[in-house]
Amino acid sequence: MVEKSLNKNISESEENNLNKTAPKSENKNPEHPYIKYLRKDRLPHIFCNGCGNGIVLNSFFRGMESAKMDLNEIAMVSGIGCSSRIPGYVKCDSLHTTHGRAISFATGLKVGNPDLNVVVFTGDGDAASIGGNHLIHGARRNINLTVVCINNNIYGMTGGQISPTSPEGSFGTTAPYGTTDKPFNLSELVTAAGASYVSRWTTVHPLQLSNSIKKALLTPGFSFVEVISQCPTYFGRKNKLRTPVDMIRSFKENSINKRRADKMEDKELIGKIIVGEFVNKPRAEFSDNVCNLSMQECGKKHATKSAYLENSENL
Amino acid sequence: MSKELFVQGNEACALGAIEAGCRFFGGYPITPSTEIAEDLAILLPKHGGSFIQMEDEIGAIGAVIGASWSGLKSMTATSGPGFSLMQENIGYAQITETPMVIVNVQRGAPSTGQPTMAAQGDMMQARWGSHGDYEPITLSPSSVQEFFDFTIESFNLAEKYRIPVILAADEVIGHMREKIIIPDKVDIIKRVMPKEKPEEFLPFKAEPTGTSPMAPFGEGYNLPITGLTHDERGYPDTSSPEAHSKLITRLCDKILKNRENIVSIEERMCDDADIILISYGAPVRSIFTAVDLARDEGLKVGSIKINTPWPFPESQIATAAETAKHLFMVEMNLGQMVHEVERVAGNKAKVHLISKIGGELHKPKEILSKIKEIN
Repeated sequence: MVEKSLNKNISESEENNLNKTAPKSENKNPEHPYIKYLRKDRLPHIFCNGCGNGIVLNSFFRGMESAKMDLNEIAMVSGIGCSSRIPGYVKCDSLHTTHGRAISFATGLKVGNPDLNVVVFTGDGDAASIGGNHLIHGARRNINLTVVCINNNIYGMTGGQISPTSPEGSFGTTAPYGTTDKPFNLSELVTAAGASYVSRWTTVHPLQLSNSIKKALLTPGFSFVEVISQCPTYFGRKNKLRTPVDMIRSFKENSINKRRADKMEDKELIGKIIVGEFVNKPRAEFSDNVCNLSMQECGKKHATKSAYLENSENL
Repeated sequence: MSKELFVQGNEACALGAIEAGCRFFGGYPITPSTEIAEDLAILLPKHGGSFIQMEDEIGAIGAVIGASWSGLKSMTATSGPGFSLMQENIGYAQITETPMVIVNVQRGAPSTGQPTMAAQGDMMQARWGSHGDYEPITLSPSSVQEFFDFTIESFNLAEKYRIPVILAADEVIGHMREKIIIPDKVDIIKRVMPKEKPEEFLPFKAEPTGTSPMAPFGEGYNLPITGLTHDERGYPDTSSPEAHSKLITRLCDKILKNRENIVSIEERMCDDADIILISYGAPVRSIFTAVDLARDEGLKVGSIKINTPWPFPESQIATAAETAKHLFMVEMNLGQMVHEVERVAGNKAKVHLISKIGGELHKPKEILSKIKEIN
């Protein structure tokens, strides 16, 4: 289903050109429409077979295109972990930072140049454990960032340790008898902290996900898109969901839309993944506030690129 | 017209930052540095700058690095506990060659220690605080005027060498009030855009100066910035011993090979001196008076004031070790920079430590009596 709909994204003119130069049957392997957004010289990537990161990046590009945004207006920031490796493959300015700190780096970048659409790629360990403080304060400040949090309930990069979103009773290398910790509900957490836009989907919801990414990119404020994603290599192997298909099937079977879930009892929701929009309520945005203060105090917008000589080339 | 002001050291630092072209401050309140944040919260919006109070010092330095890549001169200010929290990202700024200034107004430590008292206990942390090999630049002011001047110099060095510069002040200089002169015009170094087209530009190429021009985000350069070991394009290359050695050696060499251009000291009455007092930061004030007292008594004593503890002024101290018989390091810790003096002096001169902790400056007479003990 994903592949089919992606092919639709080849623009009409491109398709016409293909038709003119060659009969359709010979065109078995047309280049993926989003490969143009990647640094081809960095491929192949490091992600495992069956990883959800590809679906999320695909959905991101689709959301970006439907938001009519160009990659050259986007800067990506990430921390440490598998999901944080995504920006390095994308042909745009990217800042691959220290563990948990992506949102703080993104805060300085966004305030320093509000024209940039700053997108943070992060994971459950990066955003919710070591970076939890920056996450809630980013939401509280309501700074105009789009945070895509790929939540696979495990530390993949370091080999399968439990994370703050690992379900109670799940297994990891650091929870060999099953974790007794209670997991964070990230979308609820970020909603409570004051974000303008929050949604949660899984990798079986690529179309809803790209629509949410579009809304997140266009919302002037802190936008958080949580994607429940599969890590068959570590989470699956440790938790009787050994193949990507097993994991995807469990997402499909256990997802419940928030509108329906809101009418259900807590006990009915045990083990379920609540998907949908949690909040969509724009309010005053942080970098605008910084700019307004500058207007108020010195009559002009706050400085951008002022470290550079004024006659420096290309500026 | 130059301006004369009577201000606190921390205020002088904030004024110096504005003069240097700093337009971004991200910080977190901590005694005895807080006035720098408070003053910049007032001043930055009046100069089209941005001020953010972050959630902690880790976030503060993160925001400062992000703002630097957006194209702004950026800084933060803190004290020991916050400086400890910043160490990981100082390493990130080193490996990604991000210009910025970190002011550390030192206080009694370890841990919470003495928040309102002066110390110089973070000098080795400035040198080695982040993990791995790197060569820092650190300046230490010994007057309110110097806190102003060295803030500007810190920004210039940060831009010139694309490095996080540490301005290691102390509580005495931070909170003392003195007259300062703000000159009409200060020399400041600005960034230049790369000459190459974006598709030809290598953001981490070893130019003859040791580093390459820094392109900002948002100008089509598609910069891939990472804290991983990277090649000239910025692409990660983490398993090649050669790639790591090449990168880290270049980063260290850009400072070490320019040591003589960066180092700054001030000698007084060293030509005929048998004894040379060496210090940096606030205790410099005590050694100057101690030299005068000693000369009044006919003792041949001189002084060396170190403005740049890092990179350490090796050749200058080695020369002093050849001409004088005794070198005294005067510092507000239990002996940190004295190890550098010992290393450089070898067996050419006898090296002594006059240390004092607890928050009070050395009294000149205390120094004088220590000098007399060797005779």
